[in-house]
Amino acid sequence: MVAPFGRRTVQITRSDTVGAYRVLHAADPEGPAPVAGQFAMLQSVERWGGGEDERPYLPRAFSYARFAGGEAQFLLEDVGPGTNRLDELTVGDEMWLLGPLGVGFSAPADGRRALLVGGGVGIAPLVIWQDTLLEQGTQALALLGFRDRARAQAAELLRDARVASDDGSVGHHGLVLDLLQRELDQDAHAVVYACGPAAMLEAVRAECERRKLPAQLALESGMACGFGACFGCVVPSRDGYLRVCVDGPVIDAARLERVDQHAGASP
Amino acid sequence: MSVSFCGLDLRHRVINGSGTFDAIAAQRVFGDELYERFPFTAFVSKTITLAPREGNPPPRLWEAQAGLINSIGLPNKGLDRYLSEDLPQLAKLGVPLFTNVMGSTAQELSRLVEACAQFTQITAIELNVSCPNVKTGLDIGADPAQLQKLLSTLRPLTSKPLIVKLTPNASDVPACAQAAESAGADAVSLINTLRASALDPRRAPRASARWLGGGSGGLSGAAIRPVALAQVAAVTERVEIPVIGMGGVQTSRHAQDLIDVGATLVAVGTESFRDPTAAARIALDLDK
Ligand SMILES: Cc1cc2nc3c(=O)[nH]c(=O)nc-3n(C[C@H](O)[C@H](O)[C@H](O)COP(=O)(O)OP(=O)(O)OC[C@H]3O[C@@H](n4cnc5c(N)ncnc54)[C@H](O)[C@@H]3O)c2cc1C
Ligand SMILES: Cc1cc2nc3c(=O)[nH]c(=O)nc-3n(C[C@H](O)[C@H](O)[C@H](O)COP(=O)(O)O)c2cc1C
Ligand code: FES
Repeated sequence: MVAPFGRRTVQITRSDTVGAYRVLHAADPEGPAPVAGQFAMLQSVERWGGGEDERPYLPRAFSYARFAGGEAQFLLEDVGPGTNRLDELTVGDEMWLLGPLGVGFSAPADGRRALLVGGGVGIAPLVIWQDTLLEQGTQALALLGFRDRARAQAAELLRDARVASDDGSVGHHGLVLDLLQRELDQDAHAVVYACGPAAMLEAVRAECERRKLPAQLALESGMACGFGACFGCVVPSRDGYLRVCVDGPVIDAARLERVDQHAGASP
Repeated sequence: MSVSFCGLDLRHRVINGSGTFDAIAAQRVFGDELYERFPFTAFVSKTITLAPREGNPPPRLWEAQAGLINSIGLPNKGLDRYLSEDLPQLAKLGVPLFTNVMGSTAQELSRLVEACAQFTQITAIELNVSCPNVKTGLDIGADPAQLQKLLSTLRPLTSKPLIVKLTPNASDVPACAQAAESAGADAVSLINTLRASALDPRRAPRASARWLGGGSGGLSGAAIRPVALAQVAAVTERVEIPVIGMGGVQTSRHAQDLIDVGATLVAVGTESFRDPTAAARIALDLDK
């Protein structure tokens, strides 16, 4: 999906706490609907700056978690000055939005089912992807891993998600990779879609490579622009550096030798 | 209001800083609306080198106080593929093209200038002289005598305007500008990024852990605006040739400040990351 040229003002219509995260709703009547996996660059119109270390300065990247009826939803976790500023926005506040940007997910071929593997705030693009797949009548099972109970509450954003937690407070005590292996042992006619911390993405990549399964990974990277201008967001791939913002964020796992330690979400 | 620059008649005063806008990628992201509303009155390519370069390992970015430190490392396809693949696409932008080139020796730069001289799609050549000299470690453009010698070699190779993008990491920037002028440069542009670095916030001992994959980088954005104003003012006092001023320009007031101290054109870099149509907004406001 091509983005309008220029950032546009969008107004916050709702801001909900979901466990440790926030779901920010913004009215974007002019915005083209994103493809699942695409993202937007966001910054508040007022007071973008002057936080910790006198930041933020540049806009921040966020996956579309949902888009319906001219309203975009973003799931965010307060991890620093940029997310902190967005976290405190209330109804009526304005943001600048540039998007939709990047390459999104593509649907499974030859009757495979979709396995959606998410970790932490990385579940965001899987929310809209599951909506899309279920609408198309494709099976889309969500397997989600979280650090603790407060974070795991975000599993309610997806349908019938299976959950793993690091501290054992919810669901399987252990890694989401364990859930994935169990599913694949039962029925491996699947495509894996993953978004989360770099270590999780690398584990998913290695598992799919071992089983010769197609996988699409939604990567992250520090970004300055989001539209290919700065060359700052690169990750190493089998064919040299890729810009996550224009070559991704969704990248076919086969293109990567391994997932770079900087290419994932906060755990 | 049109502006005359090196014999060109430009629609307004605002161009892009080299390496801060990839028009080819932007066309894929924004579609043809990019052409219809192209924000810059001339387009400057990112730095092109003779051989292809991968660029530095990530992380390449560090957000500083109202600024950005980058250690991109000048990734590019190399001269041949720039000329055969990118140039035909850039020619579609409908604005004059300035090709920015860098080499670590006079021979390399000569080959780059000679090659660019043959292409009618290229209007002007900008020399990025912020490349470290392998022997001294100083930027090749940091020493006035060396810069003058370099320009004397390059000047006869083309009749196209030669713009020297001065390095701000020099002890006497106006002297470098004068040296470029005396050896036949048609214009100078400044400032490039200021050398800067950041430590990895996650690792201990912090002193031994650089964040940027390239070790250190260059600072740009609002943080460098007062430095840019001082350097541009000092340079315009010393040379007759036109000056392209840049560094932290975010609004028409910042652009006007540079024009007031003598800049003919103004370039927008980092602000385009925050607002891709910033240059159009600034050009419009300048006209008011
Ligand atoms: C395509 C994409 C989609 C994303 N989707 C989401 C999403 O849906 N929800 C969500 O919550 N997040 C998402 N993110 C991550 C989000 O963009 C970051 O969490 C955000 O940019 C952090 O900004 P901050 O100022 O809050 O934190 P920062 O202070 O920038 O810290 C974040 C991390 O950046 C590094 N860092 C620390 N200081 C600096 C500095 N000065 N300069 C550079 N790096 C520094 C550290 O590794 C730190 O852990 C996405 C990122 C990408 C690229
Ligand atoms: C990400 C990035 C990449 C850059 N790449 C180049 C480059 O390839 N060649 C060059 O001469 N200058 C390069 N620059 C410097 C800019 O053209 C400009 O001189 C500098 O950023 C100051 O302007 P600003 O504060 O408006 O960004 C780069 C700057 C940034 C931020
Ligand atoms: S974020 Fe600037 S090129 Fe990707």
